Amino acid sequence: MDILITGLILGGTYALIALGLNLQYGVSRIMNLANGEMLVIGAFAAFTLFTVGQVSPLLTIFLVAPLAYVLNWLIYRIMLRPLVKRAKNRGMLEVDAILTTFGLSFVMVGIMIWAFGGDYFSYSYLARPITIFGDNYGLNRVVAFGCAALLCAALYLWLNVSRAGMAIRAVSVSPENARLVGIDVPKLSARAFALGGAVTAVGGAVISTFLTLDASTGVMFTMKALIIVIMGGVGDVRGTILAALVLGVGETFVASVIDPGLTLVAAYALFILILLFRPQGFFGRKPT
Amino acid sequence: MNMKKGDWKNLGWGAALLAFAALLPLTGDGYLISLGVSIAMYVVLATSWALFSGPTHYISLATAAFFGVGTYVMGSGIEYISYWALLPIAGLIGGLIAALVGLATLRLSGVYFVIFTLGLAEMTRQAVTWYQNQTGHKGTYVLTDLTDPDIYWQLLVLAGLVFLLGWAIGRSKLGFALRIIGDDEDVARHVGINTALSKVALFVVSGATAAIVGAMIAPRFIYIEPATAFTPMLSFQVVIMALLGGTGRLWGPLVGVIPFTLLWEAISSSFPNQTTLLLGLSFLAIVYLLPGGFVGLYDRLKGRAARRSAMA
Repeated sequence: MDILITGLILGGTYALIALGLNLQYGVSRIMNLANGEMLVIGAFAAFTLFTVGQVSPLLTIFLVAPLAYVLNWLIYRIMLRPLVKRAKNRGMLEVDAILTTFGLSFVMVGIMIWAFGGDYFSYSYLARPITIFGDNYGLNRVVAFGCAALLCAALYLWLNVSRAGMAIRAVSVSPENARLVGIDVPKLSARAFALGGAVTAVGGAVISTFLTLDASTGVMFTMKALIIVIMGGVGDVRGTILAALVLGVGETFVASVIDPGLTLVAAYALFILILLFRPQGFFGRKPT
Repeated sequence: MNMKKGDWKNLGWGAALLAFAALLPLTGDGYLISLGVSIAMYVVLATSWALFSGPTHYISLATAAFFGVGTYVMGSGIEYISYWALLPIAGLIGGLIAALVGLATLRLSGVYFVIFTLGLAEMTRQAVTWYQNQTGHKGTYVLTDLTDPDIYWQLLVLAGLVFLLGWAIGRSKLGFALRIIGDDEDVARHVGINTALSKVALFVVSGATAAIVGAMIAPRFIYIEPATAFTPMLSFQVVIMALLGGTGRLWGPLVGVIPFTLLWEAISSSFPNQTTLLLGLSFLAIVYLLPGGFVGLYDRLKGRAARRSAMA
């Protein structure tokens, strides 16, 4: 029970990060390997504002989201759009995007180390115990989970109900056909990429309330988010959330029963099972 | 195999270059020799990386994992078996892991493969650390009487073998099949190429080579622990070097390795904290300024010169 709840709480925050990546990959078709760094930037912002001005991380979110949106939009327009234009096919774009976003991720890590040093940073926010079903959990974790759940639900509703959300889903299903019904695919791709980055940065601000991070931890989160996106299926919100919870519980189980140093091994074990048995994701249909 | 006159000439040139490179330890300069070991190591790693990734366009970030596995094979076996027997064993184990990874991931699209290999080194490191904690010993010593020049010559021999293998593959049916896969995998499948098997075969070659390199370098570390054996940076360095040189030709990675190793040495000795930034900027430079690497640049310049002389 203890493991289950801790795992679900962790998985909830993973879901938020992975949703950001899924938006970017599902709609703008860019596998953004600098996603984890966007998370660390969000976390850094929350940390700095909290230690300098005692600003609650939950308020920082409202500052982080628009800034990350603009930053990601610029990254897409300036760096990635030319690649989309020059690519002759999907495979070429994939290779270029992987190399570029890797480069970007290293540049961001390099700049952060340069500017802030490579130390771990953490702060104490709502570090009080709270009792659920007779066991104690950190209040900050529960609050973070609540935030993540709220944001996931909002994003899910927006994608499924609103007109803009429908356009985004249309592009993710078929960019060629979306153009035929009057959707401006390049514009929407840029927006989805920006939105995905904003969601991830918010996830970073939320996760910084209970995890200790440093400038170079981003790649770990990128990897986990990627595994979740693949498990859940590209462009599938429900699948992503389910996969994030599965990963959260699986990791917590391995960490508390076997060894805390083996979390990545646990994630990989899940990843291999999915690749071998359901490479199209939990809810995905087999390609014909 | 029918050999043309040009082939003999290329082989001759290759052998002469190798023999010339082998003279380096005679200078007796410790720094030069140590630099030579690094360059020889990266030449082997980048060339064997390009053998697989060049034609197939799959970006493998598993080099560090195979390298570390090789180092550990040497580290845990040196007390019981001779050094020379451990080199092929390391290759065998590296190849086996590559085969398993390849079978699981190479049937799928490139993105899955990149992600999987990205974490492979870190995952293996976690597993090894865990195993060591369980059994209670932290690291292992590799004590041999091999000196830097010995390691250097071994690496040169391995480089020669890799070039020979790459050259043979390029002329074989397998090499032809891989080029078709790289151009269009659907076409390759339709003309009856077993695409998965061809990719796995080449991936095994590059995995086994990286493991042997790791085993060869192990005596240089003397004391081996997970953090030194599995450095994720290594995978990225190899990718950059190979792409900087260009994967279109067998000698492409070679011309990428030498400048990048020198640059890397310079930056890491004077600005040790900026190596990550350098790595990032190099990736961006390759994508935006040098697509195709030095080889691509050379081909474009040659094409332009040819057009000009045709017009004149």
